[in-house]
Amino acid sequence: MSETKAKVRAPKVNHETKAFWEATAKGKLNVGKCDECGEHYYYPRPLCPFCFSDKTRLAECTGNGVIYSYSVNSGKEPYTIAYVTLAEGPTILTNIVECDFAKLAIGQKVKVVFYDTGEGNAMPMFTVA
Amino acid sequence: MSIKGKAYIAGIYEHPTRLALGKTLPQLHAELAKGALADAGLSKDDIDAYYCAGDAPGMGGIDMIEYMGLNNVRQIDSTETGGSSYVLHVNHAAQAIATGHCKVALITLAGRPAADAQEGARFRGGGETPSAAGFEASFRPTIVNMYAMCAQRHMYEYGTTSEQLAWIKVAASHHAQHNEHALRREVVTVEDVVNSPLIASPLHRYDCCVITDGGGAVIVVAPEIMKKLKRPAVKILGAGEAPKHLMGGKVDLTYSGARWSGPKAFEEAGVNQKDIKYASIYDSFTITVLETLEDLGFCEKGKGGKFVSDGNLISGVGKLPFNTDGGGLCSNHPGNRGGMTKVLEAVRQVRGEAHPKVQVPNCDIALAHGTGGLLGSRMGSATVILGNQDS
Repeated sequence: MSETKAKVRAPKVNHETKAFWEATAKGKLNVGKCDECGEHYYYPRPLCPFCFSDKTRLAECTGNGVIYSYSVNSGKEPYTIAYVTLAEGPTILTNIVECDFAKLAIGQKVKVVFYDTGEGNAMPMFTVA
Repeated sequence: MSIKGKAYIAGIYEHPTRLALGKTLPQLHAELAKGALADAGLSKDDIDAYYCAGDAPGMGGIDMIEYMGLNNVRQIDSTETGGSSYVLHVNHAAQAIATGHCKVALITLAGRPAADAQEGARFRGGGETPSAAGFEASFRPTIVNMYAMCAQRHMYEYGTTSEQLAWIKVAASHHAQHNEHALRREVVTVEDVVNSPLIASPLHRYDCCVITDGGGAVIVVAPEIMKKLKRPAVKILGAGEAPKHLMGGKVDLTYSGARWSGPKAFEEAGVNQKDIKYASIYDSFTITVLETLEDLGFCEKGKGGKFVSDGNLISGVGKLPFNTDGGGLCSNHPGNRGGMTKVLEAVRQVRGEAHPKVQVPNCDIALAHGTGGLLGSRMGSATVILGNQDS
C-alpha cells in the first residue's frame, strides 16, 4: 500500500472502531466481515448489519475499487468527496485526491492512499489507479 | 385500523418573517402556535397534544409546553427525522386522535439560522452519529455535496441532465413571484440555473434552497371538533413514513425513503397518483424533488428528468403543480427544515386558499412529502395525503 501523505483531520475513534483505525497507521484498509452470513460490510461494527450475528471480524481489503459517485466541492481549495465501491463489495465514503478532478468519471478505477492524521491513524482516500 | 377520515387539519400558520433578528426561537414557536389557533378558531386551552422535533428549545416538547403555558397536554411527541419531522408529526397526531388519546394536536417548527449567522451564533445542528461519524467527518461531507453525489449518480444511470433539474427551480420561481413573503421572487430560466455558480458538482447555486428564518404551525383535530369550526375541513386520508440509509455498504443514491412512505400513504388513502391534483415535494435541492417524484410513482424510476421538463410542475401549465408557494427553492426553508411548509401549502390548496394565480382548480386531493437528513447517507421520508370534506 501507499505511504502516508500530508496530515488531515483525525477521525473520532471509539472502542468499537479502534482496531480499524490502528490498522490504517500500517497502511491497511479493512471492512467488516460476517462469518455467519458471509457479507462484507462498512463501516465495521460488532453486530453484522445484515444478519445481526456477532461472529464478525475485520477483513483486509486490496485497496482497489471504482468510483460509485462523486462531487467536486467548489471554493478556494476545491476537493472531491466520493463513494467508492471496493473490490470486496462495500461502497464507502471517501475523498478522491492527487488527480485532475475535471477528468473524473463514475466507474473510474481507483486505489487507496493513506493520509496521516498525526494522531496515530490515517484516512483512507483514493486516487486514480 | 386506519387514520383515514379520523382526523382533520383545522388550523395553519406560516411566519411571514425570513430574517428574525430581535425574536428568540421560543418566541417564534409561540407566535406560530397563536397564529394557527386563530386560523382554526380554537384557544390555547383546547390543545391537548403537542408535537415538535429535536430542534425545539429545551427537552423534547416539555420546555415549549411550559413556555407557551399549555396546561392540558396529554400526548407528547418529539420525533426527530430532520426536515421531514413535521409531515411525520401530522401522521402521528392523526394516529393519536384516531385511537382516542387526544382531540386537538398542535405541531410547531421554528428556526432562525439567518439571524443566528448575523449574530455570530453557532448553527444548532444535530449531534454526530455515534460510530459512523469517524468514517465520514474527515472527508468533509457538506449538505450540498451529499445531495450532489445523488444527482451525479442519477445522471450516470438515467441520463438526467442539469437542464432537466433546472426546470424544477424554474417552476418554483414561477410560483414564488406571486408570494409576497417569498425570499426570491424573480422568475428564472433554465439558462439562469445552469449558468449559476457550481457549488458542488453537478449542483449549481440555483439547484439549492434558500436559507431563511421563520417557521410554521399546524393544528390537527378530531372530526367532532372540526364540525364545530368555521374553516374548510381538510381531511387526513393517509400517511406513510420510512428511513433510508447506507444498507451496510450496499449504497444506492438513486432513490429515497419515499419509495416506501409513498405506497403506504396511497394505500391508506385509497387513491392513486392520478388522483393527486397538487403535490408539495420537499425541495432542499432540485435532485431531492426529482428522486422523490419517481419514488412516489408520479413517473417511472429514471424518467424524472423528462417528467419535470417543459413546465410540467408549473400550476396552470403542467400536469402536476408543485410547491405553489415557491417552496424551499424560492420562498423559505425555516430552520433548514422544509417539511412544515410543505404541509401548509397543501392545506391552502385543498381549502382553495392558495394565491389565485397558482390555485389548482377543484383541488380535492393533495399530497405533501418531507425529506429529512441527507439523501446521500441516512434520511427520513414522510408522506401525507389530504383531501376536502367530500374526498
